[in-house]
Amino acid sequence: MASICLLEGVNLALRHEMGRDKDVVTLGQDVGKSGGVFRATDGLYEKYGELRVLDTPLAESLIVGLSVGMASQQIRPVAEIQFMGFIFPAFNQIATAAARMRNRTRGRITLPMVVRMPYGGGIHAPEHHSESTEALLAHLPGIKVVVPSTPERAYGLLLAAIRDPDPVFFLEPKRIYRAGKQEVEDNGEAYPLETCFIDREGSDITLVSWGAMMRETLEAAELMEKEGVSCEVIDLVTLNPVDTATIVESVEKTGRCVIVHEATRAGGLGSEIAAELSEKALLSLYAPIGRVTGYDTIVPYPRTEHYFMPSTERIVDEIRKAMEYH
Amino acid sequence: MVSTTDKDRHSRNQSPDSLMNPPVAKTEKPAVVRKTGVDAAAKTVANFSVRFVQYLDEAGKIVHDLPGFAEDNVKLLEMFRSMLLLHHFDHKVLMLARTGKIGTYPGTLGQEAVGVGMAHTLYDSDILVPYYRSVTDLYVRGARLHEVLLFWIGDERGLDFKDPRLKNDLPIPICIASQIPQAAGVANSIRIRGQKNRAVLTAIGDGGTSEGDFYEGLNCAGVWNLPLVIVINNNRWALTEPNTCQTGCQTLAQKAIAGGFEGIQVDGNDVIAVRATVEQAMQKARSGGGPTLIEAMTYRLCAHTTIDNMDRYVDKQEYEEAWKKEPLIRLRLLLQEREVLNDAVETRMLNEIKEEIEQEVDLAVNLAKQPPEAIFDYLYAELPERQQAQRNEVIDRWGEK
Repeated sequence: MASICLLEGVNLALRHEMGRDKDVVTLGQDVGKSGGVFRATDGLYEKYGELRVLDTPLAESLIVGLSVGMASQQIRPVAEIQFMGFIFPAFNQIATAAARMRNRTRGRITLPMVVRMPYGGGIHAPEHHSESTEALLAHLPGIKVVVPSTPERAYGLLLAAIRDPDPVFFLEPKRIYRAGKQEVEDNGEAYPLETCFIDREGSDITLVSWGAMMRETLEAAELMEKEGVSCEVIDLVTLNPVDTATIVESVEKTGRCVIVHEATRAGGLGSEIAAELSEKALLSLYAPIGRVTGYDTIVPYPRTEHYFMPSTERIVDEIRKAMEYH
Repeated sequence: MVSTTDKDRHSRNQSPDSLMNPPVAKTEKPAVVRKTGVDAAAKTVANFSVRFVQYLDEAGKIVHDLPGFAEDNVKLLEMFRSMLLLHHFDHKVLMLARTGKIGTYPGTLGQEAVGVGMAHTLYDSDILVPYYRSVTDLYVRGARLHEVLLFWIGDERGLDFKDPRLKNDLPIPICIASQIPQAAGVANSIRIRGQKNRAVLTAIGDGGTSEGDFYEGLNCAGVWNLPLVIVINNNRWALTEPNTCQTGCQTLAQKAIAGGFEGIQVDGNDVIAVRATVEQAMQKARSGGGPTLIEAMTYRLCAHTTIDNMDRYVDKQEYEEAWKKEPLIRLRLLLQEREVLNDAVETRMLNEIKEEIEQEVDLAVNLAKQPPEAIFDYLYAELPERQQAQRNEVIDRWGEK
């Protein structure tokens, strides 16, 4: 058992699965000799060679298109898009091929592929390096969208993503890539996709978040505990499909809910969860469902980014608002 | 033979020399002529050429010694039959469209030699990555006409090709050029697995070569020396736009030069030339020689699709000239000269063909619709809870009571 960070959890899962299954390959700009700009694929080139750790030409549509082609022959590609802000040239391949291949061939061709990408803000990066556009992906039927929030979840969920028979988009919260370490056993055990984690049990209010915002959300829960408010905290983990049942069950118990995400608010995944709750748990609610999100602006550049990012204070305020509602 | 040199390219525009060296006022003494322009300084570091292949000209005259397979009349007759069938199928589909039985369908009239010639080079173990105007190669590969028709009628089952030869072949794509990076990926699976004697054959239209995906796939094929052959069906039209709207290049084949491998042009109405050229490229790909781009020069004698009206943009005289070069004429002449085809034989062939087409159309048109829940059944290996609920709702509303 080793103490590792989230980024190392990603690396460990790749290393494990490439060792276990020779059909697993990884590809992308800079993933080879250099091990990726964040070092997610560090050491894989030396271990598995240039045919399985592929430095590709710099072209995102190509990287996803290649993955579609390889996966159609049951190679299991794990592609890296260097930053989520660069996914857009690949969107055609994602929406018109990756998401639809099983459906449009009535299951004749399936695509066991993963596209990994660092996402989210708060690292003082240049433009297009801070977005959280997960809702754009989560909107597409036919793919899965997964976000880990801890090193061991990065490991277990990436294993699950690679073994999944359908395309999985694996979004890595880069702000917490190296934020904390955790003991992770390299036991090859995958977590189930489509299942939330209840990270903290509570009885007064349900907080739902994912990715890097889990830190602030858990911190807010800790602070509220001191004020006598018991928060249940759910790590959503899989953004498509959403494990609605777990959230509904929790809200039926607590009667209140605040959803926290870094992405912009309108049409964000929080809207969908709130709508599901209004359909399925309306009579359990004591207060309107609250959302703490990025504002509906272009993600600001680093000097003003902190105005945009949901903070522990904003989450605490929203929890208080829900608790005081009557 | 088209030669692409710096000189040719510059001749399209003003010479850079004249831009760099504006005329200087005359002085008394004859000045020493100093060549200071960039052109004088520049040395040629690379030279490229693009070749053109033709065996049978439009009059059916053999212009070059024929390749081995063309000595075999059985093989030529087989190709002739496929082309004739596809020619009539195109007509049949247009009739179906006019009577409202099907909607959009992209025809292949006049371009039969491209798909038929290329598909005849496929080994069963090769992989075909078709494009949307690909009924010709799909048919020769073993797809049934009713499958292709079914897809265009609006039924996903059409892409669930049943012939085992198409087991690993990709479905018909709609988004232009998206198949090229995918074909490169398929070819890369062959490279990763170290499979010998196996290659990928794909196709694209001339308009498709303007897409970024085309360049990205082409570039990667060159970098990784992939076992990939890309055939451009240059039928001169990208929907309503002629080639001149798509490219400033003299040829589309020369785009391969930017990918670092050979691009070659072929008479796309000469099925012998198409087959020979693709065959050589496929052999090269199968034996580790890397990719080839083949530009097949033909002409789209049908509208873009059954819902397009080409009278709005095609020059009538040009169109009529193109009919004189269509691919069946020259092959028919050759086969008649060899005395293996005559009117009686062709009529018999045509009757068989029409029967096959009728049967296939019936199969497609009369196939019972998929049940309502089928819209959910191929989204994921396991249907998520949310869609399970929606599936039940659809069954309640639409399912058999």
